[in-house]
Amino acid sequence: MVVEAPPTPAATVAPPRHRKIPPAVLLIGPSVVFMALLLGWPVVQGVLQAFKDDQGFTLEFVNRMVQDPYFWPAVRNTLLLIVVMIPLQFALAIAMALMLRSNPRLHKVHFFIWAIPLALSDLAAGLVWLAIFNDRGYLNSALSWFGLQGISWLAYDNQTSMFICVLIAELWRATSLVLIIVVAGLQGIPKDYDEAAQVFGATFWQRLRHVTLPLLKPSLQVALILRTILAFQTFAVAQALTGQNFPLVVGETYRWYTGLQNPNVAAALALVILVVSMVTSIFYLRALRDKNQGGLR
Amino acid sequence: MSTKVDTTPIARQKRNRFLLQAACIAVSLFMLIPIYLISLAALSSRASLNEFPLSLLPTNLSVETLTGFLGATGIFGALGNSLIVGAGTLILAALIGVPAGYALARFSFRGKDPYQLFLLFTRALPIVVLSVPLARLFLTVDIYDTTYAVILLHTALALPTTILISASVFLSVPIDVEEAARLFGCSPLGAFGRVVLPMALPGLAAASIFTFVMSWNEVLGASILTLDHRTLPAQVLSSLSDSPLAYRFAGGFALVIPSIIFIALMRRYLTNMWGSTIR
Amino acid sequence: MADIQISNLVKTYPGGSERATDDVSLSIRDGEFTVLLGPSGCGKTTLLRMIAGLELPDSGSISIGGRDVTYLPPNKRNLSMVFQSYAVFPHRKVRYNIGFGLRMAKVPADEIERKVQWAADLLQLGPYLDRLPANLSGGQRQRVAVARAIVMDADVLLMDEPLSNLDALLRLTFRSELKKIVQDLGTTTVYVTHDQSEALSLGDQVAVMRKGRIVQLGDPLDVYDAPADQFVGGFIGSPPMNFLDAAVSHDGGTLVLGEQQLMAPSILRSFAGKDVLLGVRAENVTVSNQRSSGDVAATVLVVEPMGSTVLLTVEVDGHNLKVQAPPTFKTAPRHTVWLGFAPNTMRVYDRETSMALEAK
Repeated sequence: MVVEAPPTPAATVAPPRHRKIPPAVLLIGPSVVFMALLLGWPVVQGVLQAFKDDQGFTLEFVNRMVQDPYFWPAVRNTLLLIVVMIPLQFALAIAMALMLRSNPRLHKVHFFIWAIPLALSDLAAGLVWLAIFNDRGYLNSALSWFGLQGISWLAYDNQTSMFICVLIAELWRATSLVLIIVVAGLQGIPKDYDEAAQVFGATFWQRLRHVTLPLLKPSLQVALILRTILAFQTFAVAQALTGQNFPLVVGETYRWYTGLQNPNVAAALALVILVVSMVTSIFYLRALRDKNQGGLR
Repeated sequence: MSTKVDTTPIARQKRNRFLLQAACIAVSLFMLIPIYLISLAALSSRASLNEFPLSLLPTNLSVETLTGFLGATGIFGALGNSLIVGAGTLILAALIGVPAGYALARFSFRGKDPYQLFLLFTRALPIVVLSVPLARLFLTVDIYDTTYAVILLHTALALPTTILISASVFLSVPIDVEEAARLFGCSPLGAFGRVVLPMALPGLAAASIFTFVMSWNEVLGASILTLDHRTLPAQVLSSLSDSPLAYRFAGGFALVIPSIIFIALMRRYLTNMWGSTIR
Repeated sequence: MADIQISNLVKTYPGGSERATDDVSLSIRDGEFTVLLGPSGCGKTTLLRMIAGLELPDSGSISIGGRDVTYLPPNKRNLSMVFQSYAVFPHRKVRYNIGFGLRMAKVPADEIERKVQWAADLLQLGPYLDRLPANLSGGQRQRVAVARAIVMDADVLLMDEPLSNLDALLRLTFRSELKKIVQDLGTTTVYVTHDQSEALSLGDQVAVMRKGRIVQLGDPLDVYDAPADQFVGGFIGSPPMNFLDAAVSHDGGTLVLGEQQLMAPSILRSFAGKDVLLGVRAENVTVSNQRSSGDVAATVLVVEPMGSTVLLTVEVDGHNLKVQAPPTFKTAPRHTVWLGFAPNTMRVYDRETSMALEAK
């Protein structure tokens, strides 16, 4: 959440006389230099790499990227995954957080279990679900114990089931991040608001709609931005589950860089991710702010 | 006067509690069963993994698959690299990030707001965007394909979060305590070392584990920046397409187990940690 | 509007060993203003929350207007409540906050508008209706909380220490305003506080609670004048009631305070020869620099001019007493003053049980 604070008062500006370097600058300085070097500079270089060759400005790499047969499927898959996954994930995480708030038995154990995937990479998640979804994996084994014929879940010609497999693996892995943010957000809302709403006659759904969710909005906004940006970066899950059969944009970057040894096209693909991430973040910030307290403060 | 007490709401409440418990258990099972199955796969013999249907119960446990994985070329070195990179990232990020977090929590200075905005903005930077140009930079300064390269990248990725988290940790240490220490004769550094740091240490430790986890899990950057000195996930990823299923399951297991330990170590700080990303 | 009948209410919090309310019974008539008064942890808030339905009792029953509500969820009880923290929804404007309960009950919009306007006028919130709570002062937020509660036509109005977060001056002015509003509404009201002056000034009846039990229930003046035990006397009144060890003479006519004597109230005739605890309020002791007959000598320890009176801490027979003198009274620490006790204002208590003694 970006809170626009009033401009720093002039009093904090160092007086023009000769003085020691203020301590804050000494403390902040190294981090600024470090990030400028390792975060700022690569972005600039990335843009140059994507649009510049020995002769100067060129669109050649962008063209090659767009003409690659995997590019549009990768874009489509990435967007589809995000559009389907994010709402499911948020509904699930909010439900889970509300369940924890009503203090079920062993809620600490449940919370611990639900948080485990937080420390899992998408590669690990992909491998875990590979054990389940592969042709001779645990899902088909379980089906056959019940006398049912298994399905090739991850087969190339079965795009839908492949998509569902990647979706489930990602839901399993990444819902905990949203959960943690929502739980922290709920902890920050005093119980009084919910109780007041109860006393004034609100039903569970009315409370959720008129009190809890609006008060959670800042947390949800952060979770939404963070989760969407991270979702754009998903690739190892699909790589582990399907190999090249379910291309995602970041996976394409990896393929262009390591497999096809072409850093320029890889840089162009990376810029696509960057631009889309930025645009989405700004969109969320706008959309979620305007409705609420537009023009206030 | 005694009215008859109507207990039907209690019955409804009991039913709701029961449904709640059941739902919690269902979610926990959804989270746990895959972990159980990958453990089962990694702890089965190669022969029993080739059977179909697979046994869903641990009837045929063996460490053959796991030892085979650990004995495979590059895995042992990759494990070591992962630990070195994780520890290096943790130290470097703490050295640079904790002072900056302290400054954010305690001082007001010109450019504080743009600085914080910048920290938030870096979250939106995909790792790929950084990795590809950085590979070229590291080639020119001759640290490409070393653990240093990966440490630098991971530190850059972890730094914004480290700064924001340590700022929130320091904010939770009341400023009065620090001022009291100053009043009773501590130097600024002494007050920090004797009073503030001990109080902030548990939170900072949790933040460090967080940094380590991030580094342990990061695949893409590590794959792009190294060839022969890969971290564990990068090694597993690069050999994914030409390795048998048993190897992949053992790899998955090796990546899952540490995460359970990480979460167990910092479960008390989970909400503080990720909650503090709300700002 | 309705009466409230509470009988044998027992509640133990999960994990707690002591009963938060211990077999509490209380009857509140329609339209009555009842104050639950007690120190923190005495169970008064638990009792209020059980009436609200925010906590459920282990046993016992609550009925409102003849309808059993013991285990009914809060939203089905037709209540309204003012919270200690106000709980004014921060994400909504004042107008929405006041009309919240009506909106939940799906009251037509024009009626909500009319009632909100009425409540806003009553609480002088008119100019603030379109502001967010963040842009209001604490006192104004408090008014919003009260306005939200009174628009409801609820059977019962509950208030949980509504004035405790206001500063002292505001508390005093808003207290009288609150009393007038509630009087005009005539709603049955249960009010929780730890401030004895609020209890005395607001309540039709006061229930003093301690350790989960109601130790005294009655008209505020009775509770002040004749505390049922030492605890109540020590809790109510500012300064609190003074307590002195004394012995009743063998003929029952005098009280012996160490080496001094005073006239005993008539009820002590039946306690001749016994040791008792004497309770007396500061304003019922006359202080003088000259001795009159029946007076007791006391040594001044502290002199605190309060403006309208001078508060003296004096020592009699090893006990410290707080007494009041007129503002013009001249004395100083270590001086001797003479205290006069009026027998009919003295209360006597059993030394063991600290319960009030009644004439047999």
